[in-house]
Amino acid sequence: MYFDLSIPSQLAGALLPDLILVIGAMLLLLVAVWGRESLAHARLTGLLSIGVSALAFAAVVWLWQSHASANAGIIAVDGFRWATDCIVLAATIIAATLMIDYSEREQLVSAESYVLLLLAAGGMMLLAASRDLIVVFLGIELMSIASYVLCGLDRRSSRGAEAALKYFLLGAFSTGFLLYGIALVYGATGSTDIATIGTVVTGDSFNNPLLLAGIGFLIVGFCFKVAAVPFHMWAPDVYEGAATPITAFMAAAVKAAAFAAFLRVWIEAFPGATSAWIHPLQWLAAITMIGGNVVALQQKSMKRMLAYSSVAHAGYLLVTVVVANSLGASAFLFYLVAYTLATMGAFAVVIALGEPGERNQQIADYAGLWHASPWLASAMAVFMLALLGFPIAGGMGFFAKWYVINAALRAPHPQTVLAVVLVLASVISAGYYLGVVLVMFMKPRAADALVVRPVPTGSFLVIYLSAFTLLLFGVLPNGFVALARDSVPISMVNAPAGPPVTATASP
Amino acid sequence: MQDFLAQINYNAWVLPALLLLPLAGTVLLVVTGALSNDDGTLEATPSARWIALVVFVLEFVVSMGLWWSYDPAGPRWQATFDHWWIIPWNARLSMGIDGISLMMVLLTTVIMPLAVLGSWTSIRTKVRSYYALMLVLTTGMLGVFVSRDMLLFYVMWEIMLVPMYFIIGIWGGERRIYASLKFFVYTMAGSLLMLVGILYLWNASAVPNMGLGQSFDYDRLLTIAHTHKAALWLFGAFFLAFAVKVPMFPFHTWLPDAHVEAPTAGSVILAAIMLKMGTYGFLRFAIPLFPSAAMTPWVRSTILTLAVIGIIYGALVAMVQPDFKKLVAYSSVSHLGFVMLGIFAVTLQSVQGALVIMISHGISTGALFLLIGMIYERRHTRLIDAYGGIARVVPLFSTFLVIVSLSSIGLPSTNGFVGEFLVLLGSFRTHPFFTFFATTGVIFAAAYLLWAIQRILFNALDKPENEHLTDLNVRELTMMAVLVAGIFWIGIYPQPILRRMEPSAALFVRTVEAGQANVSTASRGTR
Repeated sequence: MYFDLSIPSQLAGALLPDLILVIGAMLLLLVAVWGRESLAHARLTGLLSIGVSALAFAAVVWLWQSHASANAGIIAVDGFRWATDCIVLAATIIAATLMIDYSEREQLVSAESYVLLLLAAGGMMLLAASRDLIVVFLGIELMSIASYVLCGLDRRSSRGAEAALKYFLLGAFSTGFLLYGIALVYGATGSTDIATIGTVVTGDSFNNPLLLAGIGFLIVGFCFKVAAVPFHMWAPDVYEGAATPITAFMAAAVKAAAFAAFLRVWIEAFPGATSAWIHPLQWLAAITMIGGNVVALQQKSMKRMLAYSSVAHAGYLLVTVVVANSLGASAFLFYLVAYTLATMGAFAVVIALGEPGERNQQIADYAGLWHASPWLASAMAVFMLALLGFPIAGGMGFFAKWYVINAALRAPHPQTVLAVVLVLASVISAGYYLGVVLVMFMKPRAADALVVRPVPTGSFLVIYLSAFTLLLFGVLPNGFVALARDSVPISMVNAPAGPPVTATASP
Repeated sequence: MQDFLAQINYNAWVLPALLLLPLAGTVLLVVTGALSNDDGTLEATPSARWIALVVFVLEFVVSMGLWWSYDPAGPRWQATFDHWWIIPWNARLSMGIDGISLMMVLLTTVIMPLAVLGSWTSIRTKVRSYYALMLVLTTGMLGVFVSRDMLLFYVMWEIMLVPMYFIIGIWGGERRIYASLKFFVYTMAGSLLMLVGILYLWNASAVPNMGLGQSFDYDRLLTIAHTHKAALWLFGAFFLAFAVKVPMFPFHTWLPDAHVEAPTAGSVILAAIMLKMGTYGFLRFAIPLFPSAAMTPWVRSTILTLAVIGIIYGALVAMVQPDFKKLVAYSSVSHLGFVMLGIFAVTLQSVQGALVIMISHGISTGALFLLIGMIYERRHTRLIDAYGGIARVVPLFSTFLVIVSLSSIGLPSTNGFVGEFLVLLGSFRTHPFFTFFATTGVIFAAAYLLWAIQRILFNALDKPENEHLTDLNVRELTMMAVLVAGIFWIGIYPQPILRRMEPSAALFVRTVEAGQANVSTASRGTR
């Protein structure tokens, strides 16, 4: 299937999944305000939002399967986009599922939250597709504004309000940086199209202060969105204050989409100026990996711990941006699958064990969980080990780390030091991931511990399907590896990326 | 026997069968656990330990065929198995054994049933999970010894950590949580750098102009030439992983904690099998892959120095331990120092000796930990001072403790003597200076063990609690009989074992010497 992006109708065709999602969101908004406010109505809206996402997902898979291609334009039609879309939509479906269970527990009636989830997902998909800095900006705004509102969803919660305000103020500030960056890059290169920028930007960009400043501002803007140290200060408070399913959504999907745009811009627009950005990004990656993990060690609250852990993972993903080639993109996608499943699974367990009013969410509350609910504890252990990057028991998590390390070692400028920092940071992270496992399995159940309530169906499916997928593809990752390998930005397909990997094996 | 094995095509399926059998046992235990609704105590699930025992005995029987099917004069890798795994990365489920792997596999399959018997009555809670973890652990350990694919090796190497972490952390002693976390983090910290090293090797194995892609195949990786600098860094990464596991002084601090806090079977497995993985790693990977780095004079002398420090330090610290289990734990540091000395001396005798110590330390120290477990179950203390004169109360126990201790000291006609003698003999040829100091370790070993035995078994019977201890029962006698038979067999007639290991040990020595020679000529050429 071929799309000529200069023809509006064909452009719309190439944006089919995005359109399905956004139109679905609009229709859902009507549904949401139509009925009387009640939990049952909100639940119906939630189920419909899952349906819309699934429809968009199917559209993505269909376009992917039919090897859709296009000429150069403002959006990309390539495997990288489809893969990111799939991850984002899966995260949206999971978040909506969790939201249904969570609202029932908290008696939180808000049908509009599902509409906002879909709109945010629409922004993310736009980010994944964008090959123009203006589209990047549109995607970021659509995603961010929906997320600001989602954070403050629970109007009864003062922490939620604080989170929303904080996120909004700092987010608006960082969007300013991003916009400045775009403007300066436009000033330096005369284009917002990243392919054109890529042809203009060359080795002697050090002589061009406009471009340098633009790249710097872009780094700041993106690093804020992905919560990299030192631009992460908002993340723990926002993650802790927001409703838990929204936290999961932000930790997985928002991060994924922002990184996808970051990576695409870096791969396509600025390879010519590597010497200008590689050192700052290396340092950012290193301090994010180390800082996120060290601070996570101190946390007592499960949500906060996971928040800092997601900061640390932003550091691991930044390594793939430093690499900035097709191998980095493949590693990024594979990592994202494992990270999304593990993070959302862990948040699902937090939701399943939480009590109304977001209580029972301290790590200490999990003491002896294995004795009370062995399967839940085992699933949580899988998620923790996956985030740690442990083989087999942590499933895909290991191959994800492995892929990133490999990308670092084979980069055009080999990042051996970053690879070593990455594994050392992983050792630090063992302290708190294993800490959770330790508390669940080795501490006795407290006498006044709450009885574990039966897990609602939606959360049940999310938890065990995530754990199962992680474990299954942690033993036999063939399919995902091949998929990730082939899902690189279209402009990279013909670019050389180290020695080729030959598959000599035949089953 | 060979005919029978050939008839059932034994070599083709034995290794995957050995890895899958314990997993099948795990699945059985997990499924029965999920179906029944009990609390997992020993009384509620008496069948769990039987399932584990049957699986392990079966495993032992299956593995014994290797003893006959392995042909020392045959090709290097035998009983090979090869199957696709991760096709895009060219990682394969590639296995095989040589003489060294053979002995390690057999050691594992002998020790595991005994470890189950050692936990027979002492593990009373969550019994199913306990035995399920032991079974998974076995798959991991055997996997390490038979892997010929570096990725498979690494996965197996790491996967062992999880069950052991839980075994120490859930069924261990007072400070079990601290000990298990320390064990896990130390080992993982060491091995993650090895992962970077493996990845580097994998990338280096590609030869694009010959159409060769990356490979994890061990034999292929052996042929890669590295620059001296790269070899040093890679050796460093592998060294750290294995040195922590051995453990070499000063990376040994996790060991006393883990050994002391682990339940009896955990200590037995740690000492008898898991420590050997470190030395196995040196023999199989760290040295043959990077001989030029390992044989660099300053590297070699540093490691030899650390080995000798380990021998003496371990013995001296063992001497002052009030806790018998801790004493044995430190004695492991000392014994493994001998193994490292033997390996890095790189003569045929010293390497053979190191291999024999690896086996005999497994048997003797395993037996010591089992004996400690037996007396602890009766008296609930491991403090040497709490005993005294119990030889009169528990004569069978005392007899076995004396025999096992003497074998650990290295009395002639026991297994301990053969290994240490060969190591000292072989090392003296190349490194008389280090060997001289190592020899003092033998004397210290006699001192700390004999002194401990005297205080436990022979002094005055002055504690009323000790007067009514019961002697060993049939189950315990069986365990000890097997181990003591091994002690004397290796001590008196080690020939069958030495014969099977000799080609592999000789190959190791040749590989290292060739690598060394290559590098020295190459460096002369560039100058």
